[in-house]
Amino acid sequence: MATTIDTVAGPSKAMVLNMGPQHPSTHGVLRVVLELDGETVLKARSVIGYLHTGIEKTMEAKTYSQGITCTDRLDYLAPLSNNLCYCMAVEKLLGVEVPKRAQYIRVLLTELTRISSHLVWLGTHALDLGAMTVFLYGFREREDIQKIFEFVSGQRMMTSYFRVGGLALEPPTGWLDKVERFLESFPPHLKEYEDLLTRNRIWMGRTQGVGHLTADDAIALGVSGPLLRASGVAYDVRKTFPYSSYDEFDFDVCTQTAGDCYARYQVRVAEMRESLKIVRQAIDRMPQDGNFRASLPGIIPPSREEMKTSIEGLIYHFKIFTEGFAPPPGQVYQAIESPRGELGFFVASDGSAKPYRVKVRAPSFVNLQSLPRLAEGRLVSDLIACIGTTDIILGEVDR
Amino acid sequence: MDPDRGQVTSAVESVRKWDAQAILQLIEFRGETTLVVSRENLRRVCEFLFSDPKLHFTFLSDITPVDRFPLEPRFEINYQLLSLERKERLRIQVKLPGNDPTIHSLTTLWPTANWHEREAWDLFGIRFEGHPELTRILMPDDWDGHPLRKDYPTEGYR
Repeated sequence: MATTIDTVAGPSKAMVLNMGPQHPSTHGVLRVVLELDGETVLKARSVIGYLHTGIEKTMEAKTYSQGITCTDRLDYLAPLSNNLCYCMAVEKLLGVEVPKRAQYIRVLLTELTRISSHLVWLGTHALDLGAMTVFLYGFREREDIQKIFEFVSGQRMMTSYFRVGGLALEPPTGWLDKVERFLESFPPHLKEYEDLLTRNRIWMGRTQGVGHLTADDAIALGVSGPLLRASGVAYDVRKTFPYSSYDEFDFDVCTQTAGDCYARYQVRVAEMRESLKIVRQAIDRMPQDGNFRASLPGIIPPSREEMKTSIEGLIYHFKIFTEGFAPPPGQVYQAIESPRGELGFFVASDGSAKPYRVKVRAPSFVNLQSLPRLAEGRLVSDLIACIGTTDIILGEVDR
Repeated sequence: MDPDRGQVTSAVESVRKWDAQAILQLIEFRGETTLVVSRENLRRVCEFLFSDPKLHFTFLSDITPVDRFPLEPRFEINYQLLSLERKERLRIQVKLPGNDPTIHSLTTLWPTANWHEREAWDLFGIRFEGHPELTRILMPDDWDGHPLRKDYPTEGYR
C-alpha cells in the first residue's frame, strides 16, 4: 500500500486520478492511481492491501484441519478450489492417497465451481461494459450451482467440504440428480449468453483489441489461467501436471491467440463447456462403492460408526480433534488450476500439529501485476474492461 | 511420477555439469526437488536455468520466504520455477542470515518477481538489491515491523 506517486508527464499536462478503492468496477477494494492525459491513461498503478487480513499468519496458529476454513476466505468465488489445493498440499506432506471416489467428487465439484466463478466474472464484466442482462442471467444460473453446494456441504459459499484425505461427509442421496438437472438446463443458457454477447457490436467494440498481452509478456509477468491461454500459451495445470485423476478425463485446453479482452471472453466461455464435459464424465464414471475419505488412523478421522463402537476409533477421534496430526518435517508446493489460474499452496511443516508456514500463490495477485501492461496508453473506459478481464478477487490478492 | 523425476534429475545434472560448486545441497522430498544455492550464486544459477535452451525455466511461479527464527541462518527464500516446455518444476532455495537479510533482486530476469519481492520485504523484511521500487505492498506504508516473522506475535501487543 503506497500513497505517493511520481508523475511521468510533469504537473502541467497530467492529471492524477484516484480510482477506487470503493469504485464499483474495481471488483472489491482495488485502488488504481491513474495518471491521465485527457482520457488517455499514461500510467496506471495498482494499490492493494485494503483487504489484507493476515490469513497466512492466522494459518500458522491453527492446526492443519482448522486451516481449511481459512482457505475458503481467500478466493470467495471459488472456495472449493482453495479447499482442494490446500488439502492436496497437506496430503502430499503426509503422503496420503485419496480414494478414487473422493477424487471424482472433488473433480466434479471443482468444475462446477469453475462454471459458477466464470458466471460471476461474465456477469460483472458485462455489467461493467454496459450489458446488464447477462449479469442477471448469469447470477440466475449461478444460484443453481450454489444450491448444489448447499445441498452437498451445507454451505453456499464457505463450503470447507474437502478435508485432508477426502471429503467432510458422504454426499447426500440424490445429489447427482441435481447435478444432472443442472447439466441439462445449463447449455441452452450458455448459448443465451453467447447470443447476447459474441456477435454484439458494442461488446466487440469494447473488448476486441483492448488490453492486449503477448505470450512472452504474459510468461514474463507470471500470468496464468485464462489470461495466459488467451495469449496462445496452452498451459493448464490440469493437463500439464494432472492431479486428482484429471488424467482420466477427456477435455481440451482452450486457447486463443489474439490476447485481447475478447479472446479471454472466448476462452472462459469455452472453458465452461469443457467443465460441463468433465462433470458429465465424472458422473458417468464415478465409482459407486468406495469410501469418501482415506483411512489412516491417527490422521484422518474414523467413521462415525467406528468412533461410536470401538475404543481405538474413539481415541483417534478425540486426539485428532483436540491435538490435530503432525506431518513429517519438510516442505511441499502443490498447484492446481483454479478458475483464475495457477493456485499454489506452499506448506512447510516442522513436525508439529500446526503448519510452520503456509504461502498462497494467489493467481489474482500475480495476474493483477499485468494491469499497467494491459491498460497504459489506452482510454479510461478501456481500463474498466482490463480490470474486468483480469478477473481478480481481492480476497485472494490481499490475503 | 517416474518420468518427471527423471527429467528433474537431468536438470540437476545440467546445473552440476555447468558449475559443480553451485549446488550446496540437494533436497528430494515427496517428488519435489530443491536446490540450495548460495546467495552470491543465486542470480547466476537462475540465469543459467532461464536461458539454457534445454532447460528453459522461463516461468517464475512464486517466491516464498520462510522464517526459521531463532535458528541461523534465519531466513529461507524459495523460488518456485516452472519450465513450460519440459513440464517440470524446480525449487531454488537460498538461506539468509538474520542480521543481514539482503539478496539480489530477480526483477530483471522475471518481471513477475516485482510484487513477490515487495511482499517478501513487507511481510519478512528481506531487502532485495536492485529492486525498482521496494515499498510495502499489503501493509500500510507507516506500519512498524514485518508481520510474518516468527518473533512478531499473532495476537496482543508487540
